[in-house]
Formats: sequence, structure tokens, C-alpha cells
Amino acid sequence: MKLSEIARKLELKAVGQSDLESKDITGVYVSDMVSDIIANAKAGNLLVTIQIHNNVIAAANLVDISGILVTQGKQPTEDVVKMAEKAAIPILSTELNGWQVMTKLYEAGVR
Amino acid sequence: MNGDAPPLPAPGEEVLYSESFPIRGNDFEHGGSVAARVKVILKQLGIPSDSIRHLSISNFEAEMNVIMYADEATLELQVLSGEVRVILADRGPGIVDLDLAMQEGYSTATPEMRQRGFGAGLGLPNIKRNSDVFSITSTVGVGTTLRYAVQFEA
Ligand SMILES: Nc1ncnc2c1ncn2[C@@H]1O[C@H](COP(=O)(O)OP(=O)(O)O)[C@@H](O)[C@H]1O
Ligand SMILES: [Mg+2]
Repeated sequence: MKLSEIARKLELKAVGQSDLESKDITGVYVSDMVSDIIANAKAGNLLVTIQIHNNVIAAANLVDISGILVTQGKQPTEDVVKMAEKAAIPILSTELNGWQVMTKLYEAGVR
Repeated sequence: MNGDAPPLPAPGEEVLYSESFPIRGNDFEHGGSVAARVKVILKQLGIPSDSIRHLSISNFEAEMNVIMYADEATLELQVLSGEVRVILADRGPGIVDLDLAMQEGYSTATPEMRQRGFGAGLGLPNIKRNSDVFSITSTVGVGTTLRYAVQFEA
């Protein structure tokens, strides 16, 4: 499923410039621990997390994560947004918590 | 430990590419940037993508460990036919109990580090799991040296 379709169905806001149309999501990985994210998130996954700082962008980029969905209204700093833009990793944000996002992703047909 | 001395390839081994990257302790701002540079190089050299993934995981974990726990380090990358080797020698406090440090879940990360999602105690075990060759040596008060390699069909 395209990230743009997920964003539309869940009414997610994109933070910064990003091309949601070109990003295909192969699955979802949910984690707030960086060692868990880098070891277990697969290439093409959408990462759902409350951790949004430069080291997480670096980790996401290293394992070719397709996008990051930040929960609970957490906002990345301007530096982090710039870094994600450069790495072409879209950041989406939502006020929902992780569990609420999961149910909505499932309803939207993401498996 | 061997300090910062670059490792010597065995006789007859041809190093196709090598480069050294400095890493500074406490430099969270650039955490992961050496791993990112190495990934670009490995891609350009045509290393298989699953090997790049394994190495990127290890390089990130090793780089973050220097940033979190050591003073400074040099990451030495060596690309051979069918194998990529990494030697990361740091200057720092060293590790008193290596068996303990290698245990999943053991971490001395500070509350600030944990708030950033570090301190799962999975870094060193991740590196071992993602390597075909792995060793760690450490001298308390001097530093720690990690050596790991990923092998593939040349
Ligand atoms: N380069 C290093 N220098 C000193 N101590 C280290 C180094 N790398 C790891 N350690 C020690 O080993 C522990 C376990 O490391 P690791 O498995 O990467 O987990 P974590 O980084 O989550 O704590 C660290 O908490 C730290 O006490
Ligand atoms: Mg670690």
C-alpha cells in the first residue's frame, strides 16, 4: 500500500517535504527502542514510534525504512525534519497513541 | 588490546578497499553518520544487500556505543573478496566484565540515553548475531576493540 493512501485513510499530517506517492509500505514495525528498530524493522516498513530524533532517522535510513509515523502528537525538531527530507524518509504525525494507530492501520487494510 | 594499529591482512589476502573513520565520544549529533557513509561505500562496491544490512546494523550499534560509552575511536573498514571486515578500536573506560556486557538486556545507559530509546542492552548481541566473525577485547582504563566480519559469495 502506498504511504499516501495510508496518510489519507488515517488523516495523518506530513511533517516537512515528502513524496508519499512514491513510497510503498511492505509492512509495519512498532517500537520505541533503537536497537530493536534497527535489528528488526524490514526494508520498506512503516515505523510507528514515539522516538523521533536524529539517531532514529540514521537507523531508519540504514535499514531502508519507507516512512516514520510519530504517535501521541510528538513533534520532530527542525534539524530532524531536514535530515529526514535529505534521506527521503517521510515523517507523518498523529495525536493517536500506538494502539489506536494499530487498529486504524489494520482497518485500512495494512497487514 | 592493539590500540589503534590497523589490522594486517593475512599473507596473500588482497584488500580491495580500506578506509578509516573517526568517531567522537558523546557526539550524538552525528550518531549513525559513519555507518551511513560505510553503507554508501559498500553499495558502490556492489556488496550484496543482505550483507550491507548486517554490516549497517553492526556499524550503527558499534558507533553508538563509542558515542555513549567511550572517548574516541577509529572504525577501520576493509573490503576483501567475499568478506567485509570492521575493526573498531576505542580509547575509553573499557569493559570490566565482557560476558556481562554481551548479555542481552545488560546496559549501563543513563536515563537520558534511555529516554532516547537506547539502553536495551541489545547492541553487542546484535553485532554478534549479524556477523560471521566476531570478537571483543577490552582493557579497563584503556579501551575496547571490536572486530567483526560478514562473508558472502564473491
Ligand atoms: N565501547 C564501549 N566502551 C565501554 N563500555 C561499553 C562499550 N560498548 C559497550 N559497553 C558496555 O556494554 C554494555 C552493553 O552494551 P550494548 O549491548 O551495546 O547495550 P546498550 O548500548 O543498550 O547498553 C553497555 O551498557 C556498556 O556498559
Ligand atoms: Mg549499545
